[in-house]
Amino acid sequence: MKSMAWLLAVVLVLAVRVDGPEGGPGHARDQHPQRIISLVPAVTEMLFAIGAGDQVIGISSFDRYPPEALTRTRLGALVDPDVERILSLRPDLVVVYGTQDDLIARLSRADIALFSYEHAGLADITATIRRLGDRIGRRDEALRVVADIDAGIEAVRRRMAGRPRPRTVLVFEREPGSLRGMFASAGHGFLHDMLDVAGGENIFGDVDRQSLQVSMEVLLARAPDVVIELQPAGDWTPERLARERALWNTLSGLPAVRHNRVHILVNSALPVPGPRVLQGIRLLADALHAGTGSR
Amino acid sequence: MSGSPLRRGVPIVAGCFAALAVAVLTAPLIGSTPISLVRAFDRTLPFADNVDAQIFFIARLPRALAAALVGATLAAAGVVFQGLLRNPLATPYTLGVSAGASLGAMVAITFDLSLPIGGVAPAALTGASLAVLVVYWLATMRHRGFSTTVLLLAGVTLNAFFSALILFVQYIGDFAQTYRALRWLMGDLDVAGYRPILTALPLVIVALGVFAWLARPLNLLSMGADAAATRGVNVERAQRAAFFGASLATGAAVSVGGPIGFIGIIVPHFVRLLVGSDHRLVLPASIGLGAAFLVACDAVARIALSPVELPVGIVTAVIGGPFFLWLLVRKR
Repeated sequence: MKSMAWLLAVVLVLAVRVDGPEGGPGHARDQHPQRIISLVPAVTEMLFAIGAGDQVIGISSFDRYPPEALTRTRLGALVDPDVERILSLRPDLVVVYGTQDDLIARLSRADIALFSYEHAGLADITATIRRLGDRIGRRDEALRVVADIDAGIEAVRRRMAGRPRPRTVLVFEREPGSLRGMFASAGHGFLHDMLDVAGGENIFGDVDRQSLQVSMEVLLARAPDVVIELQPAGDWTPERLARERALWNTLSGLPAVRHNRVHILVNSALPVPGPRVLQGIRLLADALHAGTGSR
Repeated sequence: MSGSPLRRGVPIVAGCFAALAVAVLTAPLIGSTPISLVRAFDRTLPFADNVDAQIFFIARLPRALAAALVGATLAAAGVVFQGLLRNPLATPYTLGVSAGASLGAMVAITFDLSLPIGGVAPAALTGASLAVLVVYWLATMRHRGFSTTVLLLAGVTLNAFFSALILFVQYIGDFAQTYRALRWLMGDLDVAGYRPILTALPLVIVALGVFAWLARPLNLLSMGADAAATRGVNVERAQRAAFFGASLATGAAVSVGGPIGFIGIIVPHFVRLLVGSDHRLVLPASIGLGAAFLVACDAVARIALSPVELPVGIVTAVIGGPFFLWLLVRKR
């Protein structure tokens, strides 16, 4: 008897999961969502960029942009989505990470339509914007945003064509106050792609992953011409900036340090694979090809 | 206590230090990048242009020295805690010192305390010291003297309590901070210079001095506090010295390399298999072998997946765990 109950439970779960993450039964596809929750900061930015900000009723705990989004209810994020509150807001579309299996199963059971997102390369950012535009009935706006981004990227590429491509390390994580615990972009992913467009040669472009921890030895051996550190906006006074930059002076052998080409870029756009990606690419391009020492 | 087992153990202790010497001399020679030693030691080249010298002196040598310092300290602290608590399962982390250090590090990482120098290490050392004081206060509050049973219970409980706080602090951090915190907990000896080593060194030297004095009292304490007292050991003073010496040494080691596991339990037991239980042999042999073992593990961590780094705590556990089990099974 007990095993029968188990079997029934499994069958029920499977039955619900069969129609998959995109769209549940009972939601006509042509009916555009009016109450959207986004647990993915990059997609929240996309929604606002294509003019669907008014439809967004909930965001993730990590959303920082755009400012008008920050008045929406915060509902957790990748590991801690607040399912109860999500359900209580009665959304008709929830943007989730593709890896949130548990959340996807529960929302599907509640018959809520889903838009699933995964981190990938630069081309996937515009692909996601297009897919999102189609999904929420803002195809033209999405295509306009995508066209702007593509044109901007093309312009940066043209500007960089023929220029020397400095060998660069793109550090996106480090223990403050020391050069320990350093992580850099490796050969895949949007940061690598952004660096490529901006006219830099990733010193870890050959490493077949999205990121890697950088040891002192590997850094010295690969001798980057430019060091770029990304810091999401935070409490960065000029003194702190100078102090953190000065830490690099212990590695006087790096061409980047010798030629004063260590840049700490403090900007909230940089680590977000969203519609501000062009802004990020321009910042990188400026840092790579500016004279020396600017931030 | 006859002199002969002691004398028979001396060559083994010497062997452990020989292993340490070999490890420290070999480790800087190997790495993910081939370097020329001749160029590395060529004084005629300016240091700023000499990549081989920089890789040798900035990347590899501090790492090998940090590994030796941390390995020696954790192994010796393990011996002292096992002797003090009269429990073979005791490790340097049993009494909550490393949990305190980790909590300090997590708080520094999550609340982004931008420390002017030294990164997370000072916060870790502060956390460890606070944990030591709390455990000591708990162990002596209601008892005249020093109850090792209460010490053990208080330490284990505090360990669990701190672990919960660590999870809580991690939970309220964002992704990047949580990842950084997790990575810190796996242990990392890429110290990026000599400053972390020099900061921890004074505490470690004082602790090793205390351990040298403790060798005989620990031998007598292994027969029980009363028996030791009748043989003239000032039990309370010895216990207090063992507790503070081993705790602060552990705090210093964890602040340098993170909570690297297994060293503090595998090395002392392996050494006891070699030299018996006389602390006058076990302590120095553990210092030599613990240092050699961690230097070797870090070398593996550096080159196994190069250019990707393997966390050294994973290497100590993966090599040390099965090896120790094999020893146990073979012995029976």
